[in-house]
Order: sequence, then C-alpha cells, then structure tokens
Amino acid sequence: MTDLLLIAPILVSFATAVAAYLARRSRARTRAIGLAGSAVLLAIAVVLLAEVWRLGPIAMQASAWPAPFGITIVADLFSAIMVLIAAIIGFAVTIYSLGDIEPDLEAAGYYGLYHVLIAGVCGAFLTGDLFNLYVWFEVMLMASFGLLVLGGSPAQIDGGIKYVSINLISTVMFLIAVAILYGLTGTLNMADLSVAVAEVEDDGLLTVVAILFVIGFGIKSAVFPLFFWLPASYHTPPVAVSAIFAALLTKVGVYALIRMFTLIFTHDVGFTHGLLLAIAGVTMVTGVLGAAAQNQVRSILSFHIVSQIGYMVMGLALFTPLGMVGSVFYLVHHIIVKANLFLVSGVMNRLAGSFQLGEIGGLWRFKPLVALLFMIPAFSLAGMPPLSGFWAKFVLIRASLSLDTGAGYLIAATALVVGLLTLFSMTKIWGEAFWKPHPAGDHGVAPRLTAGRSALLLAPIIGLAGLTLAIGLYAEPFYQVSLAAAEQLLSNEAYVAAVIGDGAVLAAAGSGR
Amino acid sequence: MEALLAITVGAMTAAGVYLMLSWNMMRFLFGLVVIGNAANLAILTVGRHYGPAPPLVPDGQTAPAELVANALPQALILTAIVISFGILAFTVVLLYRAYEEMGTISGDDMRVAEPRPQPDQSTVGS
Repeated sequence: MTDLLLIAPILVSFATAVAAYLARRSRARTRAIGLAGSAVLLAIAVVLLAEVWRLGPIAMQASAWPAPFGITIVADLFSAIMVLIAAIIGFAVTIYSLGDIEPDLEAAGYYGLYHVLIAGVCGAFLTGDLFNLYVWFEVMLMASFGLLVLGGSPAQIDGGIKYVSINLISTVMFLIAVAILYGLTGTLNMADLSVAVAEVEDDGLLTVVAILFVIGFGIKSAVFPLFFWLPASYHTPPVAVSAIFAALLTKVGVYALIRMFTLIFTHDVGFTHGLLLAIAGVTMVTGVLGAAAQNQVRSILSFHIVSQIGYMVMGLALFTPLGMVGSVFYLVHHIIVKANLFLVSGVMNRLAGSFQLGEIGGLWRFKPLVALLFMIPAFSLAGMPPLSGFWAKFVLIRASLSLDTGAGYLIAATALVVGLLTLFSMTKIWGEAFWKPHPAGDHGVAPRLTAGRSALLLAPIIGLAGLTLAIGLYAEPFYQVSLAAAEQLLSNEAYVAAVIGDGAVLAAAGSGR
Repeated sequence: MEALLAITVGAMTAAGVYLMLSWNMMRFLFGLVVIGNAANLAILTVGRHYGPAPPLVPDGQTAPAELVANALPQALILTAIVISFGILAFTVVLLYRAYEEMGTISGDDMRVAEPRPQPDQSTVGS
C-alpha cells in the first residue's frame, strides 16, 4: 500500500500529462483533465504526508530490486512536505491557468507540459537514487523549456536561450560529480552513499565532488554567482508559468542541496558548510540590490527569488537543528508567498495594462481588494509580523545568533538588512502601482476581464494569501512539523534504515566494490 | 587504458569550455555537446574499465569467473546520451528560432528580454 502511495504522485502527474495532451484539441476536456489531475495529486500528497508523519520515512524498491542495486523511491518528512507544497501550488496555479492561459497555448498542449513539470518536481523530491535524481531534473528541465517558450514571443525565445544554455552547463556539472562520486564509492543509492562515504579515505577528493555538486545545484537554485539565467528569463513567459517556475524550480535545487549536504557530504562541515554560508550571505545581498535597480514588477520579483534562496541556504549552512528548521519553514513559506506575488502581478497587469511600474498606478483607489491581496504576500516576503515570513526569518536569525560566532552575527545582521531592503522593494511596487495615480488618468484602471475569468484569477490568490495568514497566525503546528523534518534530516538513521533495511549487510558488501 | 581515457576526458573538457566561451551561440552549443560527451566518457572511466568481456555469470555460479565489463556505467551513459540528444534537438531548434526572431546568433546582441538601459530615459534605478 505504501509502495503505491509513494509512486502515486509521479504516476498521477504523468497520466494527467498524457491525457491532457491527447485531449488538447478540445479546450473544455484538456482543462478539465488538467484541473482534475492537480486535485487528485493534492489529495495524494496530503495522504502521503499523513502516512510519513505516522510511520516515519517509508521507501519502495522499484521492481523489487533490493537497495542499493535498484532504484529507490523514498519519502521522509522533508520529501513529503515538499511534495505536498508542490501539489498545493500545482493546484492553485492550475486554477489560475484556466483564467490566464490563452486558448491557442492550451491547444498547443499547455496542461500536458505543466503536469510533466509537476511529475519531474515530485520525482526529484521522492527519489532515493542520485542518477535517478539527474533524470528527474532533466524531465523537469525539458518541460520547463517547453513552457518557457510556449507562445514563442521574441522575449521568450531570448530568455529561453539563456535559461536553457546555463541550465545545461549545470546538468553537465551534476553528471561529472555523480560520475566521480560513483567512482569513489561504487554506489548511487543516496542512503547507501551516506554509509559508503565514511569509508572513502581521500577526504580532499570528496570535498572536490561536494563543490561540483554545489556548482551543479547552485545553478539550478540560482545562488550567487550562478543566478544570471533567472532574472533573464522569468519575466518573459505567461504569468502562470512564471509563478510555477518561481515557486518550484529553484526550490528543487535547494532541496537537492539540503539532501546532499545533510545526508552525504558531512565529512568536512567546517569547509563545505562554511562556503555555503558565505554563498548564502552574498546571494541575499546581490539579489536584493538587483531588485532595487529594477522597474518591472516581474523583474523585481525575480531578483527577490535569488535573494530569498540565500535564506534557505543559510539555514542549511548553519547546520544546527534550529537552522534546518528555519530552512524547511522558509521553503514552505517562500513557495506559497512567491507564487502568490507572481499571480498578483498578473492581475495587476491585466487591470492596469503593464508590468512597467512607470506605466501603471491607481490600483489602490479602484481595486482595493487586489491591493490587499498584494499586501499580504509582499509584507510576508519582507518578514513583517504576524505573517509567515516573520517566523521563518525569526527562526533563522535566532539560529545564527545562537551559534555565538563572528560569522553567525554577521549572517544575522545581513539577513536583517536584506529584510529591510526587501521591504523597500515592496514599498516601491506599492507606491508606484497602488498609490500613484494611473498615468492615463482615471480610465487607466479598467476591468478588462469577465466576472468568471477574474474569479478564476483571484480564487487561488485568495487561497494562498489565506495560507500565508494561517502560517503566520497559527505557526506552532507548522513549526512542529518543520522541527520533526529537521530532526530526520540531521540524524539519518531512520532514512537509511527505511531504504536499506534488512539488506544492510548486502549494502556493506556492495559498497566495498 | 585509464590514463588514456582520463587524458581524453580532460582534452574534450578543455575543447568544450573553449568553444563555450565564444560569443557565437552555435559554437557554444557545439561546446556543450563536446563537454557533455566528456562527462559520459568520465562516467565510463571512473566506473572502472575492465575490458570487453560481457558481464555474464556462468550457469550454476554466483559470480563471474574473470574480470568483466561494469554494466552500470554503460547503462548510465546510455540514459545520459538519450537525454542529451533530445535536449540538443530542442536547443538547435530554439537557436534557429532565435536567429529568425532576432537576426543574430551572438549572445551579446540578444537583448530583447533584458534591453540595455537607455541613457536619456529617467528611471528610478539609474
């Protein structure tokens, strides 16, 4: 039963993708299939998290090949949380897509690509095999290539070239790192690797491999100085695509970093995690400064993704229980808030006619509901109490201060200043888009949408804003789940036991080459 | 044998990086192909090269009698080749579309998504 449950998110997404693609000629049918698939995935993800919460980490061996020889699908609490949050965003953005995506893009197979992307993301969260992780990354990338250039405007093609080329470099780095790690240990199963790396005598070579992984996953998760593809491409596709990219793609990179640097590369924490801490600090600062220089809503939000990635890596780099709690909590909070901000930016564009801050205004006067819906995620992003971002930043800063080292104080100060600068960017959007009168006068803000369409656009925004409020006002259960996930991440025994189980003896023999 | 393979991987990586540093996106793409194949060869090399004997276990035994080829790296490479071939096909078409839309294959001149800031335009940032 748990076997089926573990593989179900991937199977459902792929089945939906195929069905939605085949039905693409009938607009009503492809939309219905896309929506139904997202809803089923959401239900499965809830059950999966409940099961993992009840049983601890669970694993299945594909085709019953015993680990470490076959491919393992495994879910610990962290994986299950990520699958659930991906399913929530997948569902919300599907509803938004029904109102946002033009009929010709739907006929071109939008929902098919969309669900392949979700399948890739879920697969990356659930796999327990390093090479399989590479395959899921590629599934996700190929779907994202298609979504990014769907429609084929010159800006999309231009952004697509940069996105594709830099991500392919990251793929090569990842592949080379996997190769060397396999050469060192003779295994690709992640749980088995965590045991096998202890037997590697050449710690220096292991650190080199670790850095190759930092580069590979660093490009995917857009950390400094590897983030340039992100602000070059994320503002070009349709808003729904921007939102799902912003919410999930970079976070898969962060997930992989967290997985690798808690499970496998813990041999030289002083160096590897020290490097990650430096990367985290510089990423936060460059991202937020880049955002301050932009005047287009989606470009500002894109740079803020980079900045926020720094916070998640910071929790990992601190490598204390509280730091890991912060990372997990931040991931959950950020995915919801960032997707929501992109969704709101799409509504702003439809109402006021542009993404350029100089060309819009007057939204507060004519559309106070939209203003309120922007305010909740925006202030949460900046970390204002009582919203979800406040608790996420609070935990991280508390964790860095309790290190009681110079680096800890420095990163805490950086995080606080970056939070303030985030607030600056958000107030810039607020002042320009909401408070300033529209440059075209009172007729600038026009309802360019039918009632049904604006309901489809606003419903997911309201839902996600509600989630942000819920996490902010009722943070304790979310904190407890993050805490349990962080404990599982830092002590790998349960994860390894779930994967290798009774075959531990076999694994020891296998890792000895 | 391993030394020869390792040197080949190094040479291919160097050639790939050199090509990828070009302004010409077509050369960049060729560089990506070369460095991708260097990665595949690296997998074969670090997976231990034991010669051409097929990894077959004789009837009635639990392990092969002599050194046999390691099948796993070959399976990994096959997967990687299939994936990179698909991506290459996509990228070539994308580049061709970019050439049609923008009339250039110079990475430096592709500025549609991120236009250069105009000096006479008064913006908040500059």
